[in-house]
Amino acid sequence: MASNKRRRASYVAALAAASALLLSACGGETTADSGAGEATAAAGEFPTTGSGVVNVYNWTDYIDPEELKRFTAETGIEVILDTYDSNETLLAKLQSGATGYDVIVPSDYMVQQMIELDLLQNIGVSSFPNGGNIKDNLVDVYWDAGRNYTAPWNYGTTGIACNFAAEPGCANIKSWKDYFTAGLPKMDSLKDQVEVVSAALRATGVGPDDLCTTDKAKYVAAEELLAGFKPAVIESDGGIERVVAGTSNVRHAWNGSTHRMTVENPDVQFIYPSEGINLWADNLAVPVGAPNLDNAKIFINWMMDPKAAGAQSNFSGYDNGIKGSDAFMDEALKTDPAVVVPADKQALISPLPNCGEEARELYTQVFTTWTTSQ
Amino acid sequence: MTAVTTPPKKQAQRGRPGQSSPKLAYLPILFLAFAIGIPLVIIVIYSFLEKPSQGTGVKWVFTLENYKALFIQEKLDGTTAIDTRYIKVLWASFYYSVITTVVTLALSIPTAMWIATRDARKRNLLVALVTLPFWISILIRTYGMRQIIADEGPIGKFLAIFDVSFSILYTPTATILGLIYVFLPFMILPIYASAERFDFRLAEAAYDLGAKRMTVVRRVILPSIRPGIISGIALVFIPALGSFLQSDMLGGGKTNMVANVIANNFGQARNWPFGSALAVLLIVLTLLFVLIMQGVAQRRGDKVELV
Repeated sequence: MASNKRRRASYVAALAAASALLLSACGGETTADSGAGEATAAAGEFPTTGSGVVNVYNWTDYIDPEELKRFTAETGIEVILDTYDSNETLLAKLQSGATGYDVIVPSDYMVQQMIELDLLQNIGVSSFPNGGNIKDNLVDVYWDAGRNYTAPWNYGTTGIACNFAAEPGCANIKSWKDYFTAGLPKMDSLKDQVEVVSAALRATGVGPDDLCTTDKAKYVAAEELLAGFKPAVIESDGGIERVVAGTSNVRHAWNGSTHRMTVENPDVQFIYPSEGINLWADNLAVPVGAPNLDNAKIFINWMMDPKAAGAQSNFSGYDNGIKGSDAFMDEALKTDPAVVVPADKQALISPLPNCGEEARELYTQVFTTWTTSQ
Repeated sequence: MTAVTTPPKKQAQRGRPGQSSPKLAYLPILFLAFAIGIPLVIIVIYSFLEKPSQGTGVKWVFTLENYKALFIQEKLDGTTAIDTRYIKVLWASFYYSVITTVVTLALSIPTAMWIATRDARKRNLLVALVTLPFWISILIRTYGMRQIIADEGPIGKFLAIFDVSFSILYTPTATILGLIYVFLPFMILPIYASAERFDFRLAEAAYDLGAKRMTVVRRVILPSIRPGIISGIALVFIPALGSFLQSDMLGGGKTNMVANVIANNFGQARNWPFGSALAVLLIVLTLLFVLIMQGVAQRRGDKVELV
């Protein structure tokens, strides 16, 4: 499950500038200024300005304060920001009856669950003035087909960060199986049961569409594979610092974190394991009972503008789901193959699964056995 | 649980220090009841409920499965077996806490005695120094610890000069070091409080009367500061048992303590009822420990009441 760890990106903008010279191959067919500026084209009665406040409940360190100021200046709506550290915290808070939030930022699987639990409002995002800006491959997503409840926010992938200079063995890591069986010194793992167990399942031959299998035999195989995997550290936090300092050379890592490692040390590169990797995608949504519904809509629409989305990516270090935003993204960010998935790797990417109760229990089972046997 | 009951003469009640109306205690008692009692009751209730098929929280169906799952594991291959995973984690927590308690005790007795034998002005300064770590968040202190004991930290760099390799971060040793560091003041302060009241002329007298140095320590000094030692042990051992920050940040996520497993069940695993059952088990074991401590103290005739 995407935890807060990947969100620490406050100084990424500064680093990105310094890294511009490190990244030569400038690819990224920038769609130029397709929807630059304030795309308030269509829309009959959709308001673009308002008054009062909008209460935003977001992940820690995941929104650019400068952009919030710009939002207030342009719309007259003041933003009150509160933060959380995991999807589960957010869910627990909403389920306990907390109201007062207008905009929340749940990840993919959590959106699906919240819709099932009637916690989100159908606000018809695709019919917003900026509704057409959603990247094509992010419109018909499993958690919100056609985009009625949610607008895309940042998204990323989870692969392997490897220091190719310090660890020659990096060259031999092409798959999850290679990673789990490499037996190299200075290896790190995430402390995230969905990421670790799904990677182990992939390594033992489970296909991307079958990651929520309830076939126990498949989990036995994953458990056996993990039994031989003894990383130096199992932690989601502080990975960037460790890899940059050389304490760790091989790490299960989020792509945005890897981008920041690469900025500081170009020998660190992101590996796309051949069995495929998880895509997670965060979304803007409005919870039931939001006190300022109109302001929430204005906020979400404003954030779907390419300029705002690009600035947000520069802040967080992750790509976003808005067409044309790359025109506003830093060069270092949009040319990093870790951040912007290269064409030949697109087929490897599939959304992080939202497994049912039974599968989730099996995940917990495997993960607990592994972490308690280290 | 015996309160201080001094059967007072009615007319003497008013105006005497320590004898004001018990009504003043109602507010804090009420607060404690809300802040400790109610969450405790909720945890106990949750531990007997099923988890919902979606989301967090509980389903209001009674079950004993959570307690069964603490000890019996339905393995992936379909067989059931005794589950040693949680017992192991509990054992690790217990083991780390015992070491922490023993080490802090060994460090604290001489420290507290030394402070207690300084003159008054120095004493106050030294006590202030002992409490100095409380001024900084425990999270930041643990981060600091991590920098210091990292392989590339100051210790590692210094030892590298002599070609000695140093690698303790992300091991159980680092977890225990972190616990010792955090809990040391909680041991020093109560022992100091006892030692300060000790009349050191008694030790001199014993020495003058021919007792050997160790005999003085064993027969005169230690019995006098025993209440402080017992309070210190309780203040260190019990919270250490429920720690999870140190194992998380210094143990590299590999040296799980029971609180880490509880946290995972309330978080990613989304199994509140099982997390509650584990928490109840921890509370029961802690209570058991406290009762044993109290038994020991009472047999010795010390006036120490922990429960």
